[in-house]
Parts: sequence; C-alpha cells; structure tokens
Amino acid sequence: MLTFVGLGLSDERDISVKGLACIRRATHLYLETYTSRLTGTSVERMEQCYGKPVIPVGREEIEQRPGEILDRAENGEVVLLCGGDPMVSTTHADLRLRAAARGIPTRIIHGASIASAVCGLTGLQNYRFGKSCSLPFPSKGWFPVTPLSTIRANLSRDLHTLVYLDITPDRCMTVGEGIVLLEEMARKEGIVPPAFYVGIARAGSAEPRVAAGPGEVLKEVDFGPPLHILAVPATLHDIEREYLEVFARP
Amino acid sequence: MDKPVRIRNIGIVAHIDHGKTTLSDSLLAGAGMISEELAGKQLFMDSDEEEQSRGITIDASNVSMVHEYEGQEYLINMIDTPGHVDFGGDVTRAMRAVDGAVVLVDAVEGPMPQTETVLRQALKEGVRPILFINKVDRLINELKVDETEMQIRLGKVIDKINKLIKGMNEEMYNQGWKLEAMNGSVAFGSALYKWAVSVPFMKTSNVSFKDVYEKCKNNDQKWLAKQSPLCAVILDMVVRHLPNPIDAQKRRINVIWHGDKESPEGKAMLTCDPSGPVALMVTDISFDPHAGEVATGRLFSGTLHRGLELFVMGTAKKGNRLQQVGVFMGPERVEVEKLLAGNIAAVTGLHDAIVGSTVTNLMDMTPFESIKHYSEPVMTVAVEAKNMKDLPKLVEVLRQVGKEDPTVKVTIHEETGEHLISGMGELHLEIITHRIKRDKGVEIVTSEPIVVYRETVTGVAGPVEGKSPNRHNRFYLVLSPLPDAIATLIRNGDISMNMPEVERRAVLMKAGLTKDEAKGLKDIQGTCVFLDMTKGVQYLNETMELVLEAFHEAIAGGPLADEPVQNMLVKLVDVKLHEDAIHRGPGQVIPAVRAAVKAGMLLGGDSLMEPYQKIQINVPADQMGNATSQIQGRRGQVFDIQSEGDSIAVIGKAPVAELFGFASELRSATEGRAMWSTEFAGFEVVPNNIVKDVVLAIRKRKGLKLEMPRPSDYIDGV
Ligand SMILES: Nc1nc2c(ncn2[C@@H]2O[C@H](COP(=O)(O)OP(=O)(O)OP(=O)(O)O)[C@@H](O)[C@H]2O)c(=O)[nH]1
Ligand SMILES: [Mg+2]
Repeated sequence: MLTFVGLGLSDERDISVKGLACIRRATHLYLETYTSRLTGTSVERMEQCYGKPVIPVGREEIEQRPGEILDRAENGEVVLLCGGDPMVSTTHADLRLRAAARGIPTRIIHGASIASAVCGLTGLQNYRFGKSCSLPFPSKGWFPVTPLSTIRANLSRDLHTLVYLDITPDRCMTVGEGIVLLEEMARKEGIVPPAFYVGIARAGSAEPRVAAGPGEVLKEVDFGPPLHILAVPATLHDIEREYLEVFARP
Repeated sequence: MDKPVRIRNIGIVAHIDHGKTTLSDSLLAGAGMISEELAGKQLFMDSDEEEQSRGITIDASNVSMVHEYEGQEYLINMIDTPGHVDFGGDVTRAMRAVDGAVVLVDAVEGPMPQTETVLRQALKEGVRPILFINKVDRLINELKVDETEMQIRLGKVIDKINKLIKGMNEEMYNQGWKLEAMNGSVAFGSALYKWAVSVPFMKTSNVSFKDVYEKCKNNDQKWLAKQSPLCAVILDMVVRHLPNPIDAQKRRINVIWHGDKESPEGKAMLTCDPSGPVALMVTDISFDPHAGEVATGRLFSGTLHRGLELFVMGTAKKGNRLQQVGVFMGPERVEVEKLLAGNIAAVTGLHDAIVGSTVTNLMDMTPFESIKHYSEPVMTVAVEAKNMKDLPKLVEVLRQVGKEDPTVKVTIHEETGEHLISGMGELHLEIITHRIKRDKGVEIVTSEPIVVYRETVTGVAGPVEGKSPNRHNRFYLVLSPLPDAIATLIRNGDISMNMPEVERRAVLMKAGLTKDEAKGLKDIQGTCVFLDMTKGVQYLNETMELVLEAFHEAIAGGPLADEPVQNMLVKLVDVKLHEDAIHRGPGQVIPAVRAAVKAGMLLGGDSLMEPYQKIQINVPADQMGNATSQIQGRRGQVFDIQSEGDSIAVIGKAPVAELFGFASELRSATEGRAMWSTEFAGFEVVPNNIVKDVVLAIRKRKGLKLEMPRPSDYIDGV
C-alpha cells in the first residue's frame, strides 16, 4: 500500500489525525522535499513527533528511480509525506499511476492546500481564479515567458492568477524576485507588466505576511523568511478590495 | 601604411623545408631590415629555441619591409608560415590576414603534398598565388642536370602548379591567376644564395638562364646575387602581381564574410574604407614578456588608435579598450598613432579575443566566417600538474593555449586535475607541452599520446522518443547520416549560421534539402546539423535553446565511447511540452533530448571512426618494396605509385592508431633514404572485426561501463 499524506502548510502538527494514524501504521516513511517545503519544521522534529525515521527524497529519486519506494509499497505500508495537499503536484499523480500499473493499492489523505489558504489570507475569491502558473528561476539559455502569458490570458477574462514561486535546493524565490522576473518578461515581450500584486509569505504559520500593492511598492516590502507566493488579481470586487485594505497593508 | 594602394599583405607558403624562412630572412636583409650576417644561416626568423634546434618553423611570424618599385615606395607586410603539417593551422590563419601568397617549391623535390594543401588554403581564402622555384642551385650542383634539363624541370613545376590552381578554382585561373614565366608571375632562384631571376627582370638585368647555369656550376653565385638580387626580383613580382588591399577586399570579403553587403560595415569592408566601422579579424595571439598578450590580425575597415573601445563578437558585450596599436617594422613590433584599414595590426588590450575573433566598434556585427582548418585533432595527451600548488595555474595556462591555437582542443577536468590536449600530431603535442614547461614554468606530467576517435550514425533511426524525467515532456527525433552534399558545404564554409537566412535556405535547397527542412535549420555544430520540423508547437520557442544545448551535449560524446560525433542529421519531428514552465526547465528537457539522440545513434547504427593519415614516401627505386610494406603492414593501403626519374613516390593511407613509431621504422627499413610526409585524410569507420576491442579499450580508459552500450541504457521501451 502506498499512502500519500498531505502535511498541510507549515509544520509537523498541521497533519490530519487520519494522516497521523497512517504514519503510525507505516513500515516506511518518506518525505518529498522538492514540490513544497514545510518551513516551520525540520526532518528531526518530524521524526521526534512521529516517532519514526523519515527518509527525505528529492526530485531525482521520485522521477527517475521510484523503484525503491514502489518495491517497498508492494510488501509493506509506505507513506509518502508531501507538503500541502498531495495531488496538487503533477509528479505525485505520475507516481500514483506507476503504482496502479504495478497493482499496488494507493490512498490519499488530504492536507490543507496553499491554493485555498491564499483565498483565506487575501480574500480573493476562489471561484474567480483562472489557471495558475509557476515562475521558475531562469537559467542559461532559458527564460520562459509562459507565466506572463498565463497571467495575461487570465486578466483578459477578468480572472485572478496564483503564481507559484520556484523552490530549488539552495533557494526559494521571494515575492520581490518574482515581480522583477515578470517585469523582465514584459520588457522582453514589449508589453506592460501587471499593475497590481498580492504577496503572501508563510501561509499556515503563526506569522503569515500578506501585502497588496503595485509592483514598485511590493518589491520594497520585506516579506521575511520563505515560503512566498504571489497572486495577480483581476479587477477587485468590493468585498475583495475591502478585505485587502484591512488584511493586506504593505 | 596610409595608402592602401601601396600596401601588399603577403604570406610565404610551401611544403616543409622548401626554404620559406630562408627566403623571408633574405628579403628582410635585402630590404636592410636585418644585417646580412643574421639572415639565412642562422634563420633569424626562426627565433625560438625549439625552431633553431629542430630546424623547422613552428610559429608563423610577421615582418614588414619597404620596397621601391617604379619610383614608388611600397609597404610589404609578410608572414612566414611553418611547413610542418602539425602546424598547418598557422598557415590557414595567415591566409585570412593576407591577400597574396608566394608559393615556394623546391626545384629538386618539386611540388609535394603540403604544396598542394597550402595552395588550396590560399585559394579558398581568395588569396592570389605567385610562384618562386627555390634551390635552383641544388638542381645544378647536386642533381647535375644540364641547362636544357634544368629548364624542362622548371617548366614542369610551373605546369604542375598551374594544374593544381586550375583544378581548385578554374574561374580565377581563367581570369589571370594562371602562372606564367613570361609575365613574371614566376621567379626562379636560390633563397640561400640570395639571387633570383624572372623573365621581366632579365630584360633589365641582362642575366639569362645560361648565366644562371654557368654561375652556379662555377661556384659564383655571388655574381648572380649582385646582378639579380633575390629581394628586388621577388618584391617586384609581389608588387606587380599581388593585389593591394582595396582590390583584394572587393573580392575577398564576399568569400570570408557572409553578412549584409549593404550594411555600413559591409560597404566599408568592400571598399577598405578607413572611415567606416572597425572590422578586425584576429589571426594570431602571442605572448610578449613586456606587453603581455598581443593580438595580430587584419584590419578590413576602420581606423585603430590607442584607447578605442572595441567589442569582441561572441563574448559578453563588454568593451575592450585598445592599449597599444602597432605594426611590424622589419621584425619588430612598433607602436603607431593610428592604423588604417588594409593593414595587418598588432594590438594589445583585447582581453576577450581569441584567434578567430571578429572585433569591431559596433555593438553587433556578423562575425567573419570561422577559419576552418582542413585537419582535425587526431591525437590527445593527458597532462597533470606535478605539484599541487600549480593546479590553478595549469588550468589558466591551458585556457591560454586554447586561445592562441584554435587547432588545439583543450578539455579541462577540474575535478580530476587530468586535463586533455588534442592536437594535430605527435610533434604538435610535444611542442605544446614543452612550452607549457618552458614558457609558463608549470611542471607537468604527460601521458603517452592516444588517438582521437569519432562516432557517427550509419543508418536512419526514429522517431525516437525522449522522455523527460517527470515524463511530461516528450521529444521525437529522427537521426540519419548527414548527406554528403551538406557535409561538403559545411566543410568548405559555404554554409554557416551567420549567413542571412534567405541565402542559407537557397544554398541548402540546392544541396537537396526540401523547403521545409531548409527552413527548419536551427544549428550546425561541426558536421552535425539540427532541424526543427515541427509546426506550431506551443512553448517550443522558449524551450529551443535547451533542446540545442542537449544536442550539443549529446554530440560532444556519443554513446559508444564518448567520442565526438560527426556527420549526423538530427530532425525534431514532434514535441509534447508541459503547460507550466516549471515542469519543462533544463533539468527536464536536457536529459530527455540527450537520451533520445544517444539512443537514436545506437538504434541507427552507431559506428566508431578513426583518423587516417595520407602518406607519401619518396624513395630510390630499389627501396620501393620496403616503403610499401611500411604502409601495408599498418592496416594501410597503397593507392598510387609514381616514378619520377630515379625516385619513386609511394602514396597511400593508414590509420593514425598504427602510425606510432612510423618515422623510425621507416628510416631503418629504407636505410635512411626515404623522404616522407603525412597529412590528415579524414576519419573512416573502424573495421568490424576490431571495433569492439577498440570501443572497450576506450571505455576502460575513460572509466565507462565495460560493456557495449544498448539503446535501453538511455530510453525505455526499446
Ligand atoms: N641549397 C639551398 N638550400 C636552401 C635554399 N633555401 C633554403 N635552403 C636550405 O633548406 C633548409 C630549409 O630551409 P628553411 O628556410 O628552414 O625552410 P622552411 O621552408 O622555412 O622550413 P619549415 O619552416 O620548417 O617548413 C635549410 O637548410 C636551408 O639552408 C636554397 O636556395 N638553396
Ligand atoms: Mg620555416
């Protein structure tokens, strides 16, 4: 059996009671470390709290060598811990398919997701979001402008966009960096960048930070430690505006 | 220097030992630039210790002199080039800087393999040749030919050279490049004894062939040198028959630069305009203990002066400020206030330039065609620093080596500290490694030389599917051998990514590609070509750089033995990309495409290729058998045997892998009476019966898995 357990947003205690029960039964406990990260905790603290060794696995292990996890799931109770809600990340869908192909039973225990947490923290209404997109760190010979196209396509239909900021083993993109990249893309394409953003940091923790404003203002705001995420709102409804004025002052 | 019509930029080219440096020395001395005593004997221009002790030229060197012709003074910028095939890269590069070439032929040996090669390089660059038949004294004194025989032999040399020129460029041959004794585009003489004759000069000097014959025979060449001095005859010929920069550039720019002819830089170069944008091509980089790195090159347009900010194309767009601007005066480099188009410049301050760089004051300009040397590196040595403390210095020195000599390929392995230097042959590598120790003071340990191999695909494979690690991105490739017609275009420099797209497309379609294929050309790397045949795939545009990066990685080392890939056509026929950018970054795209290329090569029939050397051995008739068996015993093949009077020329080829120790074995087999020369003859497929052994030996050396690779090592489902 392979069980995907969503850890929620911030630390080792955001997990659901059902999730915890699965961990208790597990023969092997893996922690996926690359689609999201629980910044309010550490592997050691999880091990202490769950009373079991936790094996961190990176992108390579899951994408290229899922063999070990699946072999163990064939004979035992394997739990894969994931930040947020497991199936929001496409790679886990792939792993579940591979397991099914080998006849391994699977199950999902959901956790709180950033997608809904953002709605709560910003007041931007869930039904008004269009396609979300991720914003990767550019590298040599690679500077995709797709994120900006996605935002523009949403804006043209008056929909908000949730922009996931890149997480690599050595750094996490900040709200400011994300805005700079979007502006760079706009320059490259010869168009005007989005005028208004909402930045969110450490959703789910005791000290989240939410701030809304134009690019030049938000770039100067210190959002503090990771993780950060960005929303690009379309025209705001009255309640949305009021909510931001009250809860998202820069 | 300020009047291009009175400049001649020339190179001296010939087969090894035919007397180029002796001629250059004698000309310098004749023009009063160095003393008579220095010239000739000691070979002033072969100033390097290694050159002196081996008696050969290793580096091309620049000199200049002033010559008076019909009451006008002319500036002759001259480059003496090496004749040894290992240093042929210097000849190729020099041909870019000059407009005319004095081709030397030893009257006794006649035209030899390198004569043909250097002539071809000159013509390829649009450089006009004239002929000097040297060592006529030996013909008379050593071969003891009589006067008629002498004239017949000289006539034969002219005929042979003309035949070569006609074969290489019939158009120019018919337009006046045919060499003729009568019009003075051919001279005869002795560089060592400093005399020469030409038909036009005979009219004023009254020195006849009869005099030549008799004075040589009677040991009175001094008389000849006085009546018909080498310097006057040769330099008259140069001024009269070789073009000035204005005439030359009108024609040559079309050959060496494929940018827009109507652009400001295009117009300026075609007219050699000193007031146009700066266009400088770096053809040599050397190290001067006082000035540091000196870049020498041809200034095709514009004016150089100290402090000018220039850009080196293809590097970060940061200006390089000229520190010194100089020219060669005699053998010395001297600083000048400014230097105008049409000259050969020697400057300092171009930190980003490497040999072959295009340098300009424009922010951007189409670079000159890269200087393609006909021969490729065939041998590699591994070098390591002897002392730990030299590790960083060695890396720096090796980078410098690669910068100065583009025929060297340097691979730096910082993790292991074992770096690779690939070069033209044993001598080339010996000189390079020796100079690292001598000039740069880095003690190194050098491995025995090993042969460089290539990989290629022999059949068609695909569509091969390459999946990204997250399986969300898929690339479908079709691989096939590159059609010969295209390979030839690339080798001759008739097609390059620098050409305007419309022009390039036309050339490719003429060579047999369909319109869609020609349109899809995305990259040419060596003789590997990448075509994008997909239509309207979303996001492919912003992913293409990564696809090409993966293509480069894959062809840098094929699946069989991690050796460079050549002659392959890769077509991208379909692509599926994840919608979200983060799932199709470098970490996903590069491995997918790379794996597809490698698996595709194995599926299409990957074969290993080894370098061959063309060999010509000249021996007395009774030694012919020994000479042929020296070739045949080395997996070689003899394809021609020509008899020339008393001597026989055995011509054949053999793989480089079998040629270690060839020189000494040939010498002992023929009692030291053989003369031989070798030349790069391309790569050929390693015979089936030994390929597995060769592959496994290479894999072992490189620490790769000790078994023949399979497609399934790279992709699933095969
Ligand atoms: N007898 C005679 N010997 C000559 C003449 N010209 C050159 N030599 C000799 O030929 C040998 C080779 O001369 P170089 O000038 O070094 O020849 P090179 O073409 O520069 O040689 P590389 O640069 O190594 O290709 C030397 O021993 C010269 O003295 C000549 O006209 N007559
Ligand atoms: Mg020489």
